[in-house]
Amino acid sequence: MSWVLGNWPQIWQYGIAHVLLSFPPVIAGFLISLPLGWLAARHRVTRGALLAAGGVLYAIPSLPLFVLLPSIIGTKILDPLNVEVALTIYAVALLLRTTADAFAAVDPGVRLSATAVGFGPWRRFLTVELPLAGPVLLAGVRVVSVSTVSLVSVGSVIGVNSLGFFFLDGYQRSFPTEVWVGIVGTVLIALVFDALLVLAGRLLMPWHARLRRARRRSRVPAGQQPALAEVLR
Amino acid sequence: MNAYGDAFAWLADPGHWPGPDGIAARVGEHLAYTGLTLLIALVLALPAGLLIGHTGRGAALVIPFTGALRALPTLGLVIVLALGLGIGLLAPLIALVILALPPILAGAYAGLGSVDRATVEAARAVGMTGWQLLWQVEVPLALPLIVAGVRAACLQLIATWTVAAYLAVGGLGRFIYDALPVRDYAQMLAGSILVIVLALLADGLFAIVQRLLTPAGVRARRAGEPRRRSRLPQPVAGPSAP
Repeated sequence: MSWVLGNWPQIWQYGIAHVLLSFPPVIAGFLISLPLGWLAARHRVTRGALLAAGGVLYAIPSLPLFVLLPSIIGTKILDPLNVEVALTIYAVALLLRTTADAFAAVDPGVRLSATAVGFGPWRRFLTVELPLAGPVLLAGVRVVSVSTVSLVSVGSVIGVNSLGFFFLDGYQRSFPTEVWVGIVGTVLIALVFDALLVLAGRLLMPWHARLRRARRRSRVPAGQQPALAEVLR
Repeated sequence: MNAYGDAFAWLADPGHWPGPDGIAARVGEHLAYTGLTLLIALVLALPAGLLIGHTGRGAALVIPFTGALRALPTLGLVIVLALGLGIGLLAPLIALVILALPPILAGAYAGLGSVDRATVEAARAVGMTGWQLLWQVEVPLALPLIVAGVRAACLQLIATWTVAAYLAVGGLGRFIYDALPVRDYAQMLAGSILVIVLALLADGLFAIVQRLLTPAGVRARRAGEPRRRSRLPQPVAGPSAP
């Protein structure tokens, strides 16, 4: 504990660096996978091709990809951009299937009705398809956010520092407390990201939580009704 | 492009292949580590996953657990165990077995969960015992998803054994870590290419196995629209941290 207090400025600094490194890949991955997933949901051919490409990209291990990227995008080996691009690739690879499934699950009847009442493709996408796919998309982004936060720490072995620094430093000094600080910090950041995503989901899709609650309530067998007070709350 | 030339020249150099720290030995180590870890994880996770999927119970317990494991940074877990257990293979082995459990577990119970409810009821109606139902109906139908879980675990292991070479263990990660301090980019790139090729080969192999094990009737249905709603909550598919 005294180590934590004594080194708080450094912990804070690497914690902030960790957050800043985790943000862009999640956002970029989501924005890139939206149109690609939509495309994959429309045609069987694009679906097969895109999902296969995503699968191959996801199969590439992270550390080798960090090493490989500088020679492809022309960065320096220590450039944080390598980690950012690599994690964005994983985010897209992971989200492609989710977005494809989410858009494919939108009732074709609903889409046709939107067209029938005169919605253009853009308006239909933004006001009908996107909101309906929203809950599934959110679930996918939550998975990506957690795994991105955890993967950022691997970047520290090639000199892109985050809370992962404490793993390596703690190992070299045989000091488990320091490693634990890194682990707990990473998990905390993942939890905060997840909570923020859930909150964003509540704000953007207020109907979803209500719907799910109602559905859950109607499914509960008569013998196992929760206390009345809980239902009313 | 020059970097690739150097890396391939490094790979083509016959002097880099034999010996205890040559490419052949490192590939062998990487395969042996991955295979051993996968085997232990399978023995632990497969029965549990099948039990959860078959009984439909325990999923509520396991899903948060597998989700929480995803948040654990691999490298941190490996190092904390190494500091506790000392140098050697044991620490990374334990850490990596733990990391390989969730995908296998999820694949097994999601696989059984995806079996059509009506099929299960029909099997019971013709008098199958629970054991017969599991082995003759549920497992064959769930096999593609079970293998998908093992595939995800295997890829994760290949990736994480590379990272775990930060400790004093062998495997292909050595080429990257040994070259890093001396800025030998050719060797780092060559090592990375070897790992990527290994991962893609393993992925391709599992894809073939998955296709071969998919029952003909299931394949016909899969080609169509998304599967119907299953009786178990489904984890979001896809491997965890690579």
